Amino acid sequence: MAIGASQSRTGIADRLRSWQQHHRLSAADSLMRLLRSPFSSLMTWLVIGIALALPVGLTVALENARSVSVGWDSPAQISLFLRAEMSQEAATQLQQRIQLRPEVAAARLVTREEALLEFQQLSGFGDVLENLDDNPLPNLILVSPRQRQLQAEQAATLQASLQQEAGVERAVLDMEWVQRLNALMLLSQRAVWALALILALGVLLVIGNTIRLAIENRRDEILVVKLVGGSDAFVRRPFLYTGCWYGLGGACLAWVVIAIALWWLRAPLSSLALLYQSEFSLQGLGLVGGLQLLLLGSGLGLLGAWAAVARHLSAIQPR
Amino acid sequence: MITFDRVSKRYPEGHEALAEVSFNIDSDELVFLTGHSGAGKSTLLRLIMLMERPSRGQVLVNGQNLKGLRASQIPQLRRQIGVVFQNHQLLFDRSVFDNVALPLIIAGNSRRETGRRVRAALDKVGLLAREKDMPITLSGGEQQRVGIARAVVNKPRLLLADEPTGNLDPALSAEIMQLFEQFNQVGVTVLIASHDLALISRLHHRILTLRGGRLIAQPGDS
Repeated sequence: MAIGASQSRTGIADRLRSWQQHHRLSAADSLMRLLRSPFSSLMTWLVIGIALALPVGLTVALENARSVSVGWDSPAQISLFLRAEMSQEAATQLQQRIQLRPEVAAARLVTREEALLEFQQLSGFGDVLENLDDNPLPNLILVSPRQRQLQAEQAATLQASLQQEAGVERAVLDMEWVQRLNALMLLSQRAVWALALILALGVLLVIGNTIRLAIENRRDEILVVKLVGGSDAFVRRPFLYTGCWYGLGGACLAWVVIAIALWWLRAPLSSLALLYQSEFSLQGLGLVGGLQLLLLGSGLGLLGAWAAVARHLSAIQPR
Repeated sequence: MITFDRVSKRYPEGHEALAEVSFNIDSDELVFLTGHSGAGKSTLLRLIMLMERPSRGQVLVNGQNLKGLRASQIPQLRRQIGVVFQNHQLLFDRSVFDNVALPLIIAGNSRRETGRRVRAALDKVGLLAREKDMPITLSGGEQQRVGIARAVVNKPRLLLADEPTGNLDPALSAEIMQLFEQFNQVGVTVLIASHDLALISRLHHRILTLRGGRLIAQPGDS
């Protein structure tokens, strides 16, 4: 348009620079606005922080539970109870034969004397057992299958074949509780995901509503900016940054909340782990997880702001 | 610079604000638009700003038919028009400088260029010393002059004013009109809507009169 010719020309490079400048200005200005009303901003940040901390914290807990159960993931130990009349030598031979099977990782013989000793130490029935004339316990071979044998049915096949060995009274494979645990983990994971989705929606609504109020508060400014030729993108920008700041601040608080909760749980958990003679130590969110949380928060903030801006900004037109 | 060709504006509720309005304003002209309130002065200005679109007829601004402009092109049009409002439309949460700088920031000028032009515009309206003040501390006349500085800061070829002296006493009003005449003398096309007949008839410029949405023939018009 010819009118433009009389105005100062702004080249592409200038435009890019001014675009960057307005991004910087919008980002700084929207952050300053939030900090200028610290109490209400903090409230919003807390709401978002709590809503993010809950599912993320539960995910951390699940990850920890999984890392514990990884140690149990190869529990498909098959206990071979040997016949009572079987001699010690025969038992050792059987153990060595089983050890050579390709699907077996390890086979350990627990003699009835060892078993009795262990039972006395661990069960607390030491006195009772001492009064027994005879050792009631059988010889026992503990068979650990190789990794690839771990699938339930393969383990069952191995169990059946071991059952056929001469001298084996009973081969016991206890995998049911592992399967139950896995099913339970799967269920909890799904539940956490559902919770996360609901709470993410909540975060979106909170941010969307906050941005809607911010838009209402700055209605006059939006009108003037539109009147003097501000584009929709120009008007939108500060609000999108506001949403980002809300999300980012909320995510920071969520990170802190999770860190505090883990710190609080660490001492009792490690003493519990000690009781189970476990090496287990609580894993936190980690740097990468934390940064992902911040990214998630900012993203949700941006999305919520975008939704609010799309809905409400176009309704504000100079009249 | 501005051409209205049989322009009508009828609002959805049936009220006809403008009917068959045709006129032409040349570049470098200063034209007053007058009429009672409700005669359609504001509607006419809003059509030029594309705050409204005509029901019938065509509006051309600097040879460009506004009918062809998409919503996304409206900001570009508005950046080429300076507008002064009766109620100033200043933003009270920022300084005089920041108010005047707004169109330049939107147009994407560099910081240095913005500073230079804002001070030039404030100097022109005699408020250079008040650049750091907040608008609320200024008098009504000063606020209006800040509004004018904001309207001209981007050096538009076309300046629109809607009742720019509406709230001012006669002496201040005359001062404001003088300012518009000065801009007109350096080549800016000026269209001022005002019902202050006493004031505008003293200034010897063309007057367009609206009555009930229709343009009344002017003496000297062909």
